[in-house]
Amino acid sequence: MKRNPKDQEQSHRKLGRRALVLGGLQLAFAGTLAMRMRYMQVEQADQFRLLAEENRINIRLIAPNRGELFDRNGKVLARNVPSYRIVMVREDAGDVDKVIGDLSRLVALNPEELEQAMTEMRRSAPFLPVTLADRVSWDDVSRVAVNAPALPGVTPEVGLTRVYPHGADMAHVVGYVGPVSDYDLQQIEDPEPVLRIPRFQIGKVGLEAKREDVLRGKAGAKRVEVNATGRVMRELDRRNGQAGADLQLTLDADLQSYVQARLGNESASAVVMDCETGDIRAIVSSPSFDPNLFVQGISVADYRALTNDPYRPLANKSVQGTYPPGSTFKMITALAALEAGTVGPEETVWCPGHLEVSGRRFHCWKGGGHGHVDLMNSLKQSCDVYYYDVAMKVGIDNISAMAQRLGLGVRHDLPMSAVASGLAPDRAWKKRVHNQDWLIGDTANSAIGQGYMLASPLQLAVMTARLATGRAIEPRLVRSVDGVEEPLGANEPLGLNENHLRQVRRGMNAVMNDRRGTAYKSRIVAEGMRMAGKTGTSQVRNITAAERAAGVINNRDLPWERRDHALFVAFAPVEAPRYAVSVVVEHGGGGSTAAAPIARDVMLQALYEGTPPLEAYPTADRNRIKAQQEKLQREQDERAPVRSDRA
Amino acid sequence: MSYLEYNVKSTPSGLRKVLYLNWPLILLLCSVAGVGFLQLYSVAGGSLSPWAEPQMKRFILGLSVMLVVAMVPVWFWRNMSVAAYLISVVLLIAVELVGIEGKGAQRWIDIGFMRLQPSELMKITLIMLLAAYYDWLPGHRTSRPFWVLVPLVIILFPTYLVLRQPDLGTSILLITAGGGLMFLAGVHWAYFTAVIAAGIGLITAVFESRGTPWQLLKDYQYRRIDTFLDPASDPLGAGYHITQSKIALGSGGWTGRGFMQGTQSRLNFLPEKHTDFIFTTLAEEFGFVGGISLLALYMLIIIFCIATAMATRDRFSSLVTLGVAITFFLFFAVNMSMVMGLAPVVGVPLPMVSYGGSAMLVLMVGFGLVQSAHIHRPRGRN
Repeated sequence: MKRNPKDQEQSHRKLGRRALVLGGLQLAFAGTLAMRMRYMQVEQADQFRLLAEENRINIRLIAPNRGELFDRNGKVLARNVPSYRIVMVREDAGDVDKVIGDLSRLVALNPEELEQAMTEMRRSAPFLPVTLADRVSWDDVSRVAVNAPALPGVTPEVGLTRVYPHGADMAHVVGYVGPVSDYDLQQIEDPEPVLRIPRFQIGKVGLEAKREDVLRGKAGAKRVEVNATGRVMRELDRRNGQAGADLQLTLDADLQSYVQARLGNESASAVVMDCETGDIRAIVSSPSFDPNLFVQGISVADYRALTNDPYRPLANKSVQGTYPPGSTFKMITALAALEAGTVGPEETVWCPGHLEVSGRRFHCWKGGGHGHVDLMNSLKQSCDVYYYDVAMKVGIDNISAMAQRLGLGVRHDLPMSAVASGLAPDRAWKKRVHNQDWLIGDTANSAIGQGYMLASPLQLAVMTARLATGRAIEPRLVRSVDGVEEPLGANEPLGLNENHLRQVRRGMNAVMNDRRGTAYKSRIVAEGMRMAGKTGTSQVRNITAAERAAGVINNRDLPWERRDHALFVAFAPVEAPRYAVSVVVEHGGGGSTAAAPIARDVMLQALYEGTPPLEAYPTADRNRIKAQQEKLQREQDERAPVRSDRA
Repeated sequence: MSYLEYNVKSTPSGLRKVLYLNWPLILLLCSVAGVGFLQLYSVAGGSLSPWAEPQMKRFILGLSVMLVVAMVPVWFWRNMSVAAYLISVVLLIAVELVGIEGKGAQRWIDIGFMRLQPSELMKITLIMLLAAYYDWLPGHRTSRPFWVLVPLVIILFPTYLVLRQPDLGTSILLITAGGGLMFLAGVHWAYFTAVIAAGIGLITAVFESRGTPWQLLKDYQYRRIDTFLDPASDPLGAGYHITQSKIALGSGGWTGRGFMQGTQSRLNFLPEKHTDFIFTTLAEEFGFVGGISLLALYMLIIIFCIATAMATRDRFSSLVTLGVAITFFLFFAVNMSMVMGLAPVVGVPLPMVSYGGSAMLVLMVGFGLVQSAHIHRPRGRN
């Protein structure tokens, strides 16, 4: 096209002008960018820097080591052992199926666990480790380690888990730990962050739960730098936590195991208590269960077996179970009467075998009656009529008050689950709870430890210790926390007349050491070790007049759950009491036959701190006892502490 | 014979041309590329691989291409512009047919030794053709409706093809650069007013069309706009890029956290830290001082280009030089606005700094044209 110079000149000038306009616009925009940069980097820099820090720094908790539990002699009751698991990082594994296939040729993988791992793997970030096998043996760990090059992304990991070497013997005292559940988190107000660590274990039952505060320890923390996907790049700093405190218990593990074995398959409970200090030497509930099963989660079948068992292995009968104390309560009625001054020790009551109380006939266990009975004889022969009579005179409120002074109907705060307070009823209680007036018949029932009266084996042991010493002995289960001795109970004198106490103790002595005593057969003959005690047989049903007419049915002919409870309380040695023992055998029949022999064996075991010499037993029993000792020894050997050789 | 050819005798020839290169401009380009190497080295965690070293090789290649282009007389390029434009359009259509999917968009065409991005090529050939067109068109016709319609078609046809890929960033770049050239060529103000008004109308239409079957943009593009308007609404999802980018930039402060000390980039919080978001790593590590320095370098390049354009009396040379400057400006202005949260994330690289071959090569070709115009400018009186 032909060009016109004038036109060209004009165009050129126009281009120059417009270029300058455009250049100006560009400069202005660049200026805006600069201003924006200044605003963000200078004025808002602190804010953005804070955001950057939040991005990059993560706080990770370090789980504290849980405190361990020891018995009074330093034997381990609960400890932490390394537990190995095999984990896989999907990102590093590459072909997950192939690696798992290779691994399963080395280590037996549980298909259920594997299924769970695969689900978890699909859900979680590829760099997070997923557990393929938990609680594997050291052999498996070494096999995986040796073959590491062939198993990309697979590594063995070590953690700590709880082990109870004494298994079932300590289950009811120590309890068990388990992984924190959602339910646990709901229960705890403002839960500590450490509880949210996966697989973190907390005490669920028993001492583990009750002293969780000191056992758990304080979590440490580390500050780590993470990248955008949350992978830890490096550790910035670390504040180590504080391990939980070790607890030493007052228990004697050997005695505890012996008692557990001695109770055998009975649904029973026994408590051995140091009369002087209140230290619990053994506190056993039978049958028991293996707490180790609960630590990693118990199988449904095992759990169902435990809950469906009519002997209730999960219940800690020694503190949770409350029973009518039966005749073991008679010392309290006697003491109440003596203290109130309504009855003297020499006064006698005529026992014809029954007593009419406001038109109702109350029977003595011995249909023919005991004839003239004084205090000592009433205990020795466990005459019921004597106590009906005495109770009428002294009144329920005095009896109830005495029961509470001796530790019945009062909750003894041991660090165990569901410690029951039992019941020592009085007029006010019945009015309050049942809105009924107290009847004179109630007093009669209460006098012999029946009716509303309820006590746990622990309370019976406390009662016996108080009777033996005349002081308000308080039970103690934890001896020291991290080496610091726990305070003993004040154990102050009860303020009872020493003479009255002596009368009662004389009666208890006669029960065992008088030829006509109800527990004469279960006496100890070793000099200086003799035992005083009291039998108890508490009814779990009423005996109807028709039954009584037809002759009282033998316990053995009744279904198990309707038989009488057998009870026995004892202290020894009579001259200078060291231990108080209580034994309850649920539906065991008579206290003298079912409970007293157990109490004697347990007492001797405690007194001799091991297997007692046969000379301590009456001559007639020695052969039988010898066989029994051997049998128990065998059983105990079989149940020797679980040893973990993995460490 | 045009104005230029008359003055051939006064232009340098042979190797002497090297002396007449715009050396300060080359120095500026090298500085900017140097900043790029430094940052690529940093985001790789202090390593030449995988980004810094290939980038250096590409820059050397780019520099060579620029020199070759610079040595060729500028009128040759003017005469080639129609062919170049047509080739670009054909390649754009080819991408539709044989393109390789990359990041959810069809932008690449594999030509054996490298992946070619025809939309990048289009940026420069469009400028060449428009410059040649206005060089050819007599000044008094510039604002005639028909002669305005022709360049509009030239711009909008390839823009449509690029938008179909879809590549919003390049489309905006093509339209803005083309429009800028028309403005420089002297098209009447009224047209621009009308276009801006129409543009506002179009934007309204784009938003109104959302969710209807005839919606004009892809869903992800709408989402990008949403995030732009309110990035805080979805800080871990769609707004993640821009939020993290702003954090990185802002946390740099006055002087930055120091070379290779940027936590945001080193810990991968930054997306695309070696490509579109590389400016944030620079701003994080060197702070306001570093960011403003790079901006100053860029502006100096623009100013040099404008000066070069004003110095030549040849219309094609002026327009091509200014067109390259506009393109270059748009690259860094859009990229910086994007990482500072002033514009949506549209995927425009930071010129000469972001990792990537196509964009750099095309820009170097552009600067080759600028250099060629500078060397072959008419000298003396005529």
